[in-house]
Amino acid sequence: MIFSVTVKHRFPAAALDVAFDVPSRGITALFGPSGAGKSSILGAAAGSWRPDACRITIDNDVFADTAAGIWLPPEHRRAGLVFQDARLFPHLSVAANLRYGLRRAPSTGGLDAIRFDDVVSLLNIGSLLSRRPHALSGGERQRVAIGRALLSQPRVLLMDEPLASLDEALKAEILPYLAALGAVAGRPVLYVTHALDEVTRLADHLVLIEAGQILAAGPLSAVVERADLPLARRDDAAALLEGTVAGHDTARELTRIAAGGACFWVPLVEAAIGAPARLRIPAREVILAGRAPEAISVHNIVPGTVRDIVRDEHRRTVIVTVALGHGTLLARVTPDAVSRLGLAAGVSVLALVKSAAIEVIR
Amino acid sequence: MLPPFSSGPNALILTPEEWEIVRLTLLVAARAVLFGLPLAVIAAWVLARLRFPGRTLLNVLVHLPLVLPPVVIGWLLLLVFGLRGPVGALLHAWFGIRLVFTAEGASLACAVMTFPVMVRAIRLSLEAIDPGLEIAARGLGAGRLDRFLTITLPLAAPGILAGGVMGFVTCLGEFGAVITFAANIPGETQTLPLAIYAALQTPGGEGRAASLSLISLALALTGLFLADWPARRLNRMLGR
Repeated sequence: MIFSVTVKHRFPAAALDVAFDVPSRGITALFGPSGAGKSSILGAAAGSWRPDACRITIDNDVFADTAAGIWLPPEHRRAGLVFQDARLFPHLSVAANLRYGLRRAPSTGGLDAIRFDDVVSLLNIGSLLSRRPHALSGGERQRVAIGRALLSQPRVLLMDEPLASLDEALKAEILPYLAALGAVAGRPVLYVTHALDEVTRLADHLVLIEAGQILAAGPLSAVVERADLPLARRDDAAALLEGTVAGHDTARELTRIAAGGACFWVPLVEAAIGAPARLRIPAREVILAGRAPEAISVHNIVPGTVRDIVRDEHRRTVIVTVALGHGTLLARVTPDAVSRLGLAAGVSVLALVKSAAIEVIR
Repeated sequence: MLPPFSSGPNALILTPEEWEIVRLTLLVAARAVLFGLPLAVIAAWVLARLRFPGRTLLNVLVHLPLVLPPVVIGWLLLLVFGLRGPVGALLHAWFGIRLVFTAEGASLACAVMTFPVMVRAIRLSLEAIDPGLEIAARGLGAGRLDRFLTITLPLAAPGILAGGVMGFVTCLGEFGAVITFAANIPGETQTLPLAIYAALQTPGGEGRAASLSLISLALALTGLFLADWPARRLNRMLGR
C-alpha cells in the first residue's frame, strides 16, 4: 500500500512542485523550514486545499487527479488528520470524540480494522473516557486526538506538526506513543514537522523539502548521511545508525550496540538483548584518526573509509562522510585536519566516538 | 379575604379575564418563537458562513424590523399577508388560512419583529465556534448536514437558547406591529401590551393597566430567570 502525492501549484511569490511516495510501513516525515510548502502539501492530501494540479492516490484509489477532474471532498477521503491543536469536540466526552470517526467509517476495505480497545490501551487513555476535553491536559488532548484519527479507520494518517504547540515536557510524554504508531497503524503515515529532533525520533523515511522543491527522499539514515544536503551543514547534524542491543556489561555500566556494521559502547541502557535501537551520533562529536591512539577515554574506535568530503564555507569546516560496514558516520572537522591526515575519498580512517556523545533512541 | 395558598387562579389574584390575556400572550409568543427560531438559526448560519452576492441585502432585510417603526412593519405585513396581499391570498385560497386579525397573525407579527434579536444572538455564537472543529469533523467523515447537526448546532446551543429567550420575552411586549396587523380583539388578539393600551384608553382604567403591567413585568422576569439555568448548564458542558 503506497500513498502517492504529486502537487504542483504556482503561488504569487513561489512555486510548489513535489512528487513523493509514502510507504505503508513506518512513519514518513515531511521535513523542511517554515514556508517550504509542507502545510500546502498536507492540505492537498487532506482535501482542504486545492492546488493548480495534483494527483493523490493510495494504491488504486484516487483521492484527487486534477487531470482527470477528480477531487474527493475531505469527508470521503478517509484521511486521518491530527492537527497542531487537538481540536477535540468540546461538547462530547472523550469516548464520544473517539467514536465520532469510528461511527462514520465504512467497512475497512481489506485493511485490518483498528479496534477501540486497542487504541485506548495503546494511547493509555482508558481513564479519560468519561471526561470532557476541557478537563484534559494538553498532552492528554493530543493523545485523544491521535486516537480519534486512528479510529476513523483511515487509509492514511496525516499529522500536521502534532507536537508543535506543546512544551518539551509534553512532547516527551507523547513521543513514545507516536513512535509506536508507525508499527500499529499499518497504513502510510505522513508526519509534517520542522523539528529535526522529532524526525530523528519518529521517522523511518524522510522527504526533505525546501522552497517548494524536494531536495531528497528516502530511508531516514540514507538521507541524513548525505553531506551535500543542508541537513549535514546544520549545527546539530548527526548520523543515524539502525542497530540492535548486542549485550550489557553491568560491571562497567556499558551497553554494546551493533549498528552499521560496527559495535558501539554506550552508557548502560535498560533494553532487552536483541531489541532495536537507533543511534544518533552528532558530527561534531566524531574525531578522525590515522592510527589508533593509546590510553584514551574513547570507547569506540571504528574503522571506516572516507567516502566524501564537503566544505562548509559558512563555518570554515568540512563534513567528512565515513563509510562503515553498512552505515555511514558524519564527522565535522577543520580543513587543516583533512590535509594533516591526508584525507581523501577512499582513504581508510578510524572514527573515534565518545560513548557519552551517542544518543540511543527507542 | 382569599385564603392563602389556595389553588386556582384566585390564588394569584387574577381575574379569569386576565388569565385569558396571559394565556393568549404566552401562546402568541411561544408560537412566534417556535416558528421563528428555526428560521433564525438558518438565517444566522447563512449570514455567518456563506459568502454570496445577496448577503448584504439579506442582512439588511433581517435587521429591518429593528430600525423601521413597528407600525410600518405591521402595515407591510398587511400588504403582503392581507387577504388581498400576494402571500395572504394564496394562503387563504390554498389552505384556508387567514392570518390578518387572528392570534396566528399576532404570532407572525411578533416573529417578524423579534427575528433580528434572535438572528443576532445565534449568529454571534456561530461565529464564536472554532472553524477548525468543523474541519476536523469533515476529516472524520462527516458531511455538511451531519457536521451542522452534530457539531455546529450543539456548540451554538447557548446562543440559540439565548436568542429564543430574548425573542420570547420581546414577543411578550410586542405592540405596534401586532395591533396594526392583528388588531386589538379581546380574547382573540389582545395580548398584554394591547390590553394595557386598551385599559389606558378607558376612563378609570389606570388600576387595571397597573395590574396588567405588573403581570407583564413578572412574566418577563420569570422568563429571563428560567433561561439562566439551562444557559449555565450548557456553558458548563462546553467547558466555558
